[in-house]
Amino acid sequence: MTRVDPGYFLALAGLMFSIGVVGTLVRRNAIVIFMFVELMLNAVNLAFITFARMHGELDGQVLVFFVLVVAAAEAVVGLAIILRIYRLRESANVDDVNLLKW
Amino acid sequence: MEFEAPAVQLGAIGPEIALVTTALLLLIVDAFIPEGEERWYLAVLATIGFGVAIILAANQWGERELQLARMVAVDNFATFVKTSVAVFAVLTVWLSRDYLKRSEDEESEFYALLLFAAAGMMLMASAADLIMVFLALEIFSISLYVLVGFRRRSLASQESAMKYFLLGAFSSAFFLMGIALVYGATGTTNFYPGGGGEGIAGYLVSSAASDVDLLVLGVGLLIVGLGFKIAAVPFHMWTPDAYQGAPSPITGFMAAGTKFAAVATMLRLFVVVLYPLRADWRPILIAVAIATMLLGSVLAVIQEDVKRLLAYSSIAHAGFVLTGLIAANDRGLSGSLFYLATYGLTVLGAFAVVTVLAGRKERNVTLASYRGLFYERPLLAGALTLFMLSLAGVPLTSGFVGKFLVFGAAIQAGYWWLAVIGMLASVIATFFYLRVLVVMYMQEDDRGLQPAITGRLANSVVGLTAAATLVLGIVWGPLIDLAERATVFFA
Repeated sequence: MTRVDPGYFLALAGLMFSIGVVGTLVRRNAIVIFMFVELMLNAVNLAFITFARMHGELDGQVLVFFVLVVAAAEAVVGLAIILRIYRLRESANVDDVNLLKW
Repeated sequence: MEFEAPAVQLGAIGPEIALVTTALLLLIVDAFIPEGEERWYLAVLATIGFGVAIILAANQWGERELQLARMVAVDNFATFVKTSVAVFAVLTVWLSRDYLKRSEDEESEFYALLLFAAAGMMLMASAADLIMVFLALEIFSISLYVLVGFRRRSLASQESAMKYFLLGAFSSAFFLMGIALVYGATGTTNFYPGGGGEGIAGYLVSSAASDVDLLVLGVGLLIVGLGFKIAAVPFHMWTPDAYQGAPSPITGFMAAGTKFAAVATMLRLFVVVLYPLRADWRPILIAVAIATMLLGSVLAVIQEDVKRLLAYSSIAHAGFVLTGLIAANDRGLSGSLFYLATYGLTVLGAFAVVTVLAGRKERNVTLASYRGLFYERPLLAGALTLFMLSLAGVPLTSGFVGKFLVFGAAIQAGYWWLAVIGMLASVIATFFYLRVLVVMYMQEDDRGLQPAITGRLANSVVGLTAAATLVLGIVWGPLIDLAERATVFFA
């Protein structure tokens, strides 16, 4: 069985995280922005698992469960908030939500 | 295989358990109350919960140990923060009682979420592991996302909740990446050495710490995540919007509690655990502090909405308290604690006045609507005057003592120029605090602004915070003494 260098996994995690950051900043739909945030969280999970593998221990894999649970709780609240805005505004575009500024 | 049950010392998180239990009780009790019945005992129940939490927290004073699988530190520092947060939360409950009265909103949910948020903040103060910090941070953040959007029919409230949530989740991802990198560099997320591991603090003093690039990168990302929570520039974008749209009592609680909990974690993490790494994190935090103090003060000058004005003022205050953290000495630690405890009471009082005048509908929150307030309601105007003077840092108020302590600590650590910039920012800030006073005293208005809330509880919150602001500005000794004794960490 060939072993893959952990560096590749870290590079992939870094790439996913960067795509998530850029996506969050450029997209305008609240749901899509939230999806990019989830992508960032998954990049973190991959990083945790890779580091756990490099250190040869399980701690990092356990941390992933914490991230998953919190991400799920966050999704529940976040989607409810976005849904509420949609009911009031008929739009999930963050540029349409502009009552508060400066 | 022999299984050894881990020692579970639930007493370590007794205050948090008390709060969560009360929150669950509230939700159950509420289900049994018939429709349209007076619900005063919900507030009483919440107050009892906080009372029990304060007693349990006070009982931990003097202890110094790590418990619950080395995840939770029980020390004077945590006790000080926990007690302060509980006091802030009780005042918020009393204020909210009059705010929510006769509205269709669910009181029990409001208090329950407040209890959950306070439990998260308490846990944050005693967290001794990065993953624990993350969990505590999310417990209070998720509760606050809901509370900010609690005015369901108000688009402004929903908008502020969405902005707070999206940016909050974004910053949480950075914080988590920071944890991952710190874990990658050190092989642990625990703060302190012992229990078979060396912890981050132990790693830094060991010989393996020659290559710290990855660790420094991770710490930088942790600063992003925590800087967001304390509303430091450049991570402050959400603050004015979230503060303006949120129900006024919640805004006060966010300014007082969130800041205290997040700075408490920063103090433990940077000044105690990452102290050997200070050459790396200090320049970052100095840049952040300078930008925060100046930008917060300057942008507050042009605000026309009182809640937004106080939001920018809270950004500036995050910068002031960071100077105490950057000093990283004993005076900086106790000074930051004193600063945050007194700032919390003052800002809660200021938002209590705003709540009393604005009411459920959140009207009369522009600066112009405060015209001639002194001639209509001299007591309210007098209390607001006191809060503004304290926020500006005028002598004989608690704000002056706090600023004196943190700037003094910065000078002692050799950062006199940082203290000078801080004083400069304070001078700029004085302008808009005085502007509020000018509007209240010097301008007349025949419209006759009447308070939207006339409840005795809300007024007593204004009175209590005003008394605390004045008394702690004159008799500061005992609280400073407590803050100094609270710098005993588990280390």
